[in-house]
Amino acid sequence: MDTALMEDLYYSMLLGRHFEYAAKENYFQGNISGFLHLDIGQEALSVGAMKAFEGDVFTTYREHVMALSRGMSANAIMAELFGKVDGVSKGRGGSMHMFSPKIGFYGGDAIVGGHIPNAVGCAYARKYQNKKTGCLVVFGDGATNCGGFFESINIATSQKLPLVFLCENNKYAIGTKIETVSAFSKQAKKVEAYMPTVEVDGMDVLAVYKAIKKAGEYIKEGKGPIFVEAMTCRFEGHSISDANKYRSSEEMKKCKELDPLLKLKPLLDKVFVEKIEAQVIRDITEAVNFAHESPEPSLAELNKYIFTDEGLKHAL
Amino acid sequence: MLYREAINLALDETMSEDTNIVLLGEDIANVGGTFRVTEGLLDKYGKARVIDTPIAELSIVGNAIGMAIGGLRPVVELMTANFSLLAFDQIVNHMAKLPFMSAGKIRLPMVLRMPQGVSKQLGAQHSENYENMLSSVPGLFVFAVNSPNYAYHALKKSIKMDDPVIFIEHELLYNKKEEIDMKSDLDPFKARIIKEGEDITIISYLKMLDDTASALDEIEKELNCSCELIDLCSLNPVDFKTLEASIKKTGRLIMIEEGHKMGSYGAQIISWAVEELFYFLDAAPLRLCGKNVPIAYNRKLELASIPTPKSIKKDIINWGRINGL
Ligand SMILES: Cc1ncc(C[n+]2csc(CCOP(=O)(O)OP(=O)(O)O)c2C)c(N)n1
Ligand SMILES: [Mg+2]
Repeated sequence: MDTALMEDLYYSMLLGRHFEYAAKENYFQGNISGFLHLDIGQEALSVGAMKAFEGDVFTTYREHVMALSRGMSANAIMAELFGKVDGVSKGRGGSMHMFSPKIGFYGGDAIVGGHIPNAVGCAYARKYQNKKTGCLVVFGDGATNCGGFFESINIATSQKLPLVFLCENNKYAIGTKIETVSAFSKQAKKVEAYMPTVEVDGMDVLAVYKAIKKAGEYIKEGKGPIFVEAMTCRFEGHSISDANKYRSSEEMKKCKELDPLLKLKPLLDKVFVEKIEAQVIRDITEAVNFAHESPEPSLAELNKYIFTDEGLKHAL
Repeated sequence: MLYREAINLALDETMSEDTNIVLLGEDIANVGGTFRVTEGLLDKYGKARVIDTPIAELSIVGNAIGMAIGGLRPVVELMTANFSLLAFDQIVNHMAKLPFMSAGKIRLPMVLRMPQGVSKQLGAQHSENYENMLSSVPGLFVFAVNSPNYAYHALKKSIKMDDPVIFIEHELLYNKKEEIDMKSDLDPFKARIIKEGEDITIISYLKMLDDTASALDEIEKELNCSCELIDLCSLNPVDFKTLEASIKKTGRLIMIEEGHKMGSYGAQIISWAVEELFYFLDAAPLRLCGKNVPIAYNRKLELASIPTPKSIKKDIINWGRINGL
């Protein structure tokens, strides 16, 4: 793999890691509130997938790092976490709701599994428009137990839609271990009758990148969807308010040994690594400052965005 | 005792008396519930009676209905009311209608617990109130739980009832503290008069009741009047008798709730009062609700979208002045 790409992947993962550290710190300082689902540990999956896929992306609530590596600015994401007017969703969305149609990012659904049928619909639109790049939908292992997931794999297959299903299998849905509520520990089992399935090491950014590139090529052939299951591991609790008591320190130790940043780092030039670390710290510091300085949304605009400006004339 | 402990105790005591009672929901067994309501029950009753389910709300409620048909007495925890939407077909078409459609041959002794409401900056998909929709469905009893004492007694009675019950909690009430009167024979269908008064009847429930109570002193001082504050408790059926007696005494009615104003629950209480008690009313009733907007993440927008102690006080005082108080 070429050096420039590896460096870009490393930079994005490191940026993601430090973004999440800063988010955590600012949560405890009271600058961020509500739900905060950190992606620490799962960066290889988020970055690898976002950098490799060409079409539109639908994600869950654990999407800061995906949004970042898709090309949303750290400033705008951090400002959103602060609930400020320069945030990606102008302070209306918060941590779980980041969207940018410009870059094909429909991130942040907080209803587990709720975005999967939406991705199916968008894939239909792309097929209709003859846009071969199609869509990618990212969801957790827990979401594969939702009714909407099963309906979606059937519809996407029967309609031969250009859609990559990417399951982030971190083996837990909040504190519930996958084996206790799912018929299988590998979720691909549920899909095998419908479409090709691929398993990838979700802690290896190069492997994820390659798998999603290939999956992206596959859906261009017009043969229908494909399912990628990335085995991964989150280093933190489900959300910031989860004390992570259901995982033993042993399990956590094993999990952290798989740190995707440590895996890639030895393959890179030392001078580059030092330079990029300094760069990331500067980027994140700037994002936090930007978020602090951005104003609060105006109360006079409470109704804004519910409808179009034209629609609002009727609604008020 | 805390609100969540009171619910836990009610579950524990009924479960120890009746082995047909089973609990099901997401993260309720191993983790003990998102709001720690079911803590300790897995250890005590085992995983055949305290069941961790997948994220499949339609099936959770659907399965509970089947369990009830099969002779068990399920108590479901939906993690929040926001996810009850996924189960609405089971709630409306099955839970509420099977007893009627079967001419009573099927009975559904089951309880659906769910917390709702605006908590703190949880965003638009995690901040809703659905008591208006749930109360509009014939065939369901709907209780709104404001206090630990009511929680304890009403839940025990709900579990023992042979009819389906929706048991609505509020996300911000789980740490509310209150002494529980173990000897009380509380009737869950009866409204509670929190404070007696002569001039205004104020009806509310869930968290808005507490927000109103905290503003009451200043309102009474400012308007030089006395308010009667009522916790509605049972949203369907409604204890109209208690409300009627109060309104006939005061001649003035205020209804306060957190949900959006369009289609709000309280609209039907106001409507009933206007239809039935028109000549006893000395003023047009006041209805304080959330605005017709999704709830934003930003704290200021969030608070501007729902009644707060401050806005309740201001709105009631303005209304009182206009209406000659
Ligand atoms: C329909 C619905 N039910 C329940 C929840 C509460 N909830 C939020 S995240 C989550 C677990 C999701 O697990 P998984 O899909 O594995 O995603 P992960 O967070 O592990 O990536 C649950 C149950 C929800 N948001 N939506
Ligand atoms: Mg998971």
